[in-house]
Amino acid sequence: MTTVTSPLLAVRDLRVDFAGNRKRARTTAVRGVDLTLARGETLGIVGESGSGKSVTALAVLGLLPGTATVRGSVELDGRELVGLPGNELARIRGRRISMVFQDPLSAFTPVYRIGDQIAEAVQVHQKVDKATGRRRAAELLDLVGIPDPDRALDSFPHEFSGGMRQRAMIAMAVANDPDVLLADEPTTALDVTIQAQVLDVLRTAQRETGAALVLVSHDLGVIAQMADRVAVMYAGRVVETAGVDDLFTAPHHPYTLGLIGAVPRLDRAGGPLVPIPGNPPALNALPPGCPFAARCPLATDECLVAEPALAGPVDHQAACIRAAQLAETRPAPSDIYPVPVFPPPATAAPRATLPPVLTISSLRKTFPVLKGNVFKRKVGEVYAVDGVSLDIRRGETLGLVGESGSGKSTTLFEILALGKPEGGRIELLGQDTATLTRSAAQQLRGQLQIVFQDPMASLDPRMPIGDIIAEPLQALGTDRAVSSARIPALLSQVGLDPAHASRYPHEFSGGQRQRISIARALAVSPELLVLDEPVSALDVSIQAGVLNLLQELKASLGLAYLFVSHDLSVIRHLADRVSVMYLGRTVEQGEISAVFAAPRHPYTRALLSAVPLPDPAAERTRTRLLLPGDPPSPTSRPTGCAFRPRCPIYATLGAEQRTPCETTPPALTEAAPEADHAAACHYPTVELV
Amino acid sequence: MGDAVVTAVLDEVPVAAAAPAPASRGRLVLARLLAAPGALVGLAVVVLLFLLAFVGPYLTQWHYTDIDYSALREPPSGTHWFGTGGLGQDVYAQTLRGLQKSLIIGLLVALLSTVAAGLVGSCAGYFGGWADRLLMFFVDLMLVFPSFLIIAIISPRLQSGGWIAFVVLLAAFNWMITARVVRSMTISLKEREFVRAARFMGVRPLRIIWRHILPNAASYLIVDATIAVGAAVMSETALSYFGFGVKAPDVSLGTLIANGTDAAPSYPWMFYFAAGLLVLFVLAVNLIGDGLRDALDPTAEAGRRRSTRSERKSRQGKA
Repeated sequence: MTTVTSPLLAVRDLRVDFAGNRKRARTTAVRGVDLTLARGETLGIVGESGSGKSVTALAVLGLLPGTATVRGSVELDGRELVGLPGNELARIRGRRISMVFQDPLSAFTPVYRIGDQIAEAVQVHQKVDKATGRRRAAELLDLVGIPDPDRALDSFPHEFSGGMRQRAMIAMAVANDPDVLLADEPTTALDVTIQAQVLDVLRTAQRETGAALVLVSHDLGVIAQMADRVAVMYAGRVVETAGVDDLFTAPHHPYTLGLIGAVPRLDRAGGPLVPIPGNPPALNALPPGCPFAARCPLATDECLVAEPALAGPVDHQAACIRAAQLAETRPAPSDIYPVPVFPPPATAAPRATLPPVLTISSLRKTFPVLKGNVFKRKVGEVYAVDGVSLDIRRGETLGLVGESGSGKSTTLFEILALGKPEGGRIELLGQDTATLTRSAAQQLRGQLQIVFQDPMASLDPRMPIGDIIAEPLQALGTDRAVSSARIPALLSQVGLDPAHASRYPHEFSGGQRQRISIARALAVSPELLVLDEPVSALDVSIQAGVLNLLQELKASLGLAYLFVSHDLSVIRHLADRVSVMYLGRTVEQGEISAVFAAPRHPYTRALLSAVPLPDPAAERTRTRLLLPGDPPSPTSRPTGCAFRPRCPIYATLGAEQRTPCETTPPALTEAAPEADHAAACHYPTVELV
Repeated sequence: MGDAVVTAVLDEVPVAAAAPAPASRGRLVLARLLAAPGALVGLAVVVLLFLLAFVGPYLTQWHYTDIDYSALREPPSGTHWFGTGGLGQDVYAQTLRGLQKSLIIGLLVALLSTVAAGLVGSCAGYFGGWADRLLMFFVDLMLVFPSFLIIAIISPRLQSGGWIAFVVLLAAFNWMITARVVRSMTISLKEREFVRAARFMGVRPLRIIWRHILPNAASYLIVDATIAVGAAVMSETALSYFGFGVKAPDVSLGTLIANGTDAAPSYPWMFYFAAGLLVLFVLAVNLIGDGLRDALDPTAEAGRRRSTRSERKSRQGKA
């Protein structure tokens, strides 16, 4: 694939510094990056946050702010771009190199129509009249699969959903048949089924224009699915670059190896992940020698002396002095990284004999839609949760999966409110929450704790972590002396230094903060821990450590988890049972391996097929089930099956067979009597091609 | 004392229990406050001012009502340390008497109005609904009252209540805008996850306000309180000028400054001693406020620069 003769885009020794504000030292974000890109090729740049991958992409386009100094060379077809005056760069941007940004909402001007913005991109670079520009915009929207392009031209950005905006963004990027398409985390903000759509569009766009694609992502699965070649970045440098198959099967750099081991996979059950110890170094205070040495299990004294340069054969280079050794022995990630050993789980009693911890049946919650300024009147209702049923038994982990807007969070907050639900029934430890007295509810709160998604927002920035952890204890009226005596034990239980109890949250890294959240939740020895996307804000290598901790705590304390996530790989890794939600309803639930091996609901099938695997060979052989469109708005309550408009099965049915889908909402029915696997579909056994 | 006054508004009640290892927030804040040189200087100045105001009068034979007919408009000398005024009053005795009044009025008004603003604003914002509507109606009502007129009408009837009544009156018309700001801060803080987390843990609402909402609104409250100190002294002056509040022969720093303004060019001692003390007082309160704000905010640049070195040292010492 790689043509050695003349690369389309050649980045050599790119360095980017950001001037420090006031007296702070300048920060180096990129420290000598070399990349080459051939025509039509897809280069994946992968790395954790702060590794400099986005800055590299922006530097190529000359889009960095004025405080940044760019040195080195970026050549497009032999023409140097660094140092080019602004107006000449502007002629290249959008014409020869264009960009797809992460956040499509902020990449469109909210006050102009989508069509005008795309037509503008055409007219800036080509001498065409307005009508032609508009026609071209409609073609482009059609290319990226936006239904009814002529009408879409007159829409404003806010009228589009996230996935549609990202498609329109791609349409705008390919408007002038660019040679290079830079996509900076193009799907990070999107749900997994929408991500699959957008990646598909990106491939289509690339095929149609023949552009080379630079795909920046933190998601190894996306990279494995899309890229021909991969560059792994760490601390502002490329530490390894190779063809995608080579990289995933035989990484030459211990960091790459660790990353691969740290990702939970859809096609593998639990067990410990491989965490990379420590945190990425601060870029303005890099130690001498290899920046990864502090976290590297293979580091020797030699690593601390000088930073190794990228070396090795042209098609597989790594910046590690032991690259050759790794290439030869091909260790598995768990061979070189220390992997925690979990205590054996409690004896596996049959599920039916375990006492239930949480039982929910047909929960319903609506929010009124209000209009008017002075006198608010109700004009409609949002059916946020409309028929959720789940149950969790002692020591069990239930994964709750659903895309944004599926009502996961509302379900959680209904549980945590410990009040009377609007409809349905919530039973916590055998007590119906609708009938709880105030003091009984307060007592029950000790049995139910929550860990939030964003570890920074869920800890009071003005409280030392010792006080934060003691808070639930004090809320239950525990004596201050007793509660503060428990803090050191809790901190060491989650793998933090007890001596840090008097530090404030901002002094900790993301993963450590999430551990503090977990310690706070554990303080009152709860029976059930509600985990609301606990790892989705963390980098892969940090996430692995937190997931391991959760598994370990579950085994040693016998906790039950209600684990909410949009990430099916994480659910697969951690959960015993899974419950899938769509539009406020439970559509499928059951024992995890049963559901994942043979999903009965078409939505579950689509979700599973949309998750990219961090394994390029497996990726190529998978068939993908793409769902059309976006989830409908929950303001209207659909008759019959809520999934019908997007359902691939419904689309294949004859008119007569469609009747039940259109009239009767399907009930959760077991696959077989006594089997722990139920789906809400009228045609759960129809095969899909 | 000045410190105690401001601290009490926002800080945790000092923990008496001899807790083991981890220091609680109250103690950490106190340690950070004491490590900030600015706050210490401010604290020392306020203490000295109080000493001067309450012990100083015993050092001279003159009482603030005494009139020395033999010395009219005399410059500072051995007998009259700060000189004398137009009727032969001893400026030293008068200034200290005025300082007593102004220190107490300034600090108490700032304290009371900040407490009221914090309480009303955070409760209205946190509870929402009817509590919010009622409290905000009351705040708006207070805002549209012509405060000066009302004080002017009420204060003669409160003569028996003395300066305390006056303080309450001044504070009562000084808290509303702050309360509105605190309310809107609370509304946004309430949606933050750490407040939700506390609610789901079963922490009671007032305790959430005390432990989470107010400390996070503290920067604003402290800045506002320090400004209120100076403003209170000045509004007391304005009222006294029109004959309400402090009445002759009693004096406050405000009345002294108002009376001395005309004489300042020719008889500087009649103006500058009072004015200088007022400036010093407000400055000291500002220093304490700055220190306190940085002590409460763990991410504060200044707080870190000043205090981490000593903190780190003590941490190392412990380890």
